[in-house]
Amino acid sequence: MATDLKARPAQSLPAVATGGGVHLENVSRTYGEHGGSRVRALEGVYLHSGPGELLAVVGPSGCGKSTLLELICGLQRPDGGSIACAPAALMPQHDLLLPWLSAVDNAALALRIARLPRQQARRRAAALFEQLGLEGFENARPPELSGGMRQRVAFLRTLLSGKPVLCLDEPFGALDAITRGEMQAWLSQTLAREPRTVVLVTHDVEEAILLADRVAILSPRPGRVMEELEVSESRPRARTDASVIALRERALAVLSLGPAPGRGAA
Amino acid sequence: MRLRAAGGAARRALGAGLPPLLLVAALLGLWEFYVDSGSDSSFVLPAPHSIAAAMWNNAGLLAANLGPTAEEVGLGIALALLLGFVLAVLIHLSPTLRRAVYPLAVGSQAVPIAVIAPLLVFWWGFGMFPKLVVIVVICFFPVLVTTVDGLAAVDPDQLKLLRTLDASRWQAFRFAELPTALPAALSGARIALAVAVIGAYIAESQTATSGVHAGLGHEINADLTALQTPRAYAAAVVLFGFAIACFHALGLAERRLAPWSARGRGAAR
Repeated sequence: MATDLKARPAQSLPAVATGGGVHLENVSRTYGEHGGSRVRALEGVYLHSGPGELLAVVGPSGCGKSTLLELICGLQRPDGGSIACAPAALMPQHDLLLPWLSAVDNAALALRIARLPRQQARRRAAALFEQLGLEGFENARPPELSGGMRQRVAFLRTLLSGKPVLCLDEPFGALDAITRGEMQAWLSQTLAREPRTVVLVTHDVEEAILLADRVAILSPRPGRVMEELEVSESRPRARTDASVIALRERALAVLSLGPAPGRGAA
Repeated sequence: MRLRAAGGAARRALGAGLPPLLLVAALLGLWEFYVDSGSDSSFVLPAPHSIAAAMWNNAGLLAANLGPTAEEVGLGIALALLLGFVLAVLIHLSPTLRRAVYPLAVGSQAVPIAVIAPLLVFWWGFGMFPKLVVIVVICFFPVLVTTVDGLAAVDPDQLKLLRTLDASRWQAFRFAELPTALPAALSGARIALAVAVIGAYIAESQTATSGVHAGLGHEINADLTALQTPRAYAAAVVLFGFAIACFHALGLAERRLAPWSARGRGAAR
């Protein structure tokens, strides 16, 4: 089996090799072997995302969605199959803002790591604060920010890593319904201004359809792609659009009639 | 708004200062009453008022002796913090060094330092150095242990995040591990500071000094031998006040160095 691993994000590939896209071929990942109990997180996953595309991955909890993102970001290596993708930055499920840094320093973290001087890094991050509706909160510490603000700072930090691929792990999962709706609209607008290849993991089918160009539906563990849906509806989309509703029903049907019903919860 | 905050802080500081003041006043009152009812000789237990008088009459002498003690504690604690911190980082970074260094560090705490101390004078003379060695040996350990635990308590998800941002080992240390460990290290520093004063007393008692003013610990011993008990108590009171002042100074430093920690935040509010 071909194992063309591009596992370290530090190895920046020539743009022509992948074109900023994400390519997973027959990828498998199995955890641990404690007392013979192996957990097969992913098995035979094929995923392709072109440059600038927003690919949403939905599936029941425990289906290996987070594992998938860590593979794309090079934090883990697959046991089988091959991954070829441009350097990817991860926005983890919990914002993981560093409590000892102010909002602007958190957003500028990737720039500081790239050895930009502190003041310069701050200026570049602060320049984007207004666009993200964060002006006035530059020097606030993470505990002083609302949940939606923290997610925006975490997103800005991911964006400023300058990597062509963004991996968003349930970015709005911890937010209330109203804030989540606002944040979805905000993400669409931001990506329209700053186009990137995005892999968005979510358990919210509707969110996936509202935001994505394509939606991949994973089966319960071990996760594999059961179906991919194209979302051709033009943006901005509303949850009441006929095509959105139709796609949602289709996706929910696939999820509930998956190959192993009842094994979803893990 | 800033003014109001400052006023609130002053009021709170007063509120925080009141209970210990009342407690001390009550204890002193009991003490005074007990001695005045004529139970013991003043050589054995001087009354608070005679200790106060001894402080007043010997202010110059006590101040002159506070100097060397403060210097020993200040330098000793600085060296102990440095040693404890550096060893903790080495232990954290290298499992081999952990196995090599940790048992020795623990063993150093089992050394009866008061017995060894007089020998240090043979090695290093009558100056300050043997006293610093005593203080450092006593004080580095709490800093070492709290810092090692603090460094190990780093959130693995934060390290993962830093890896996706291509952080080097040093950057992961600088942005995640060091700030995680800092509040714990400062707690270790507080413990170290509290025992540093005992360390200074042991050092001054057990290592001979050639100077005129050999420190408060030395003064206490000399006064007790000369049956100048009130003056010995007066010296002890100065030592007591010095320890409390140092402890609070460190609390202020913590507020500046680690404002995100629960204690730092609570104190700043």
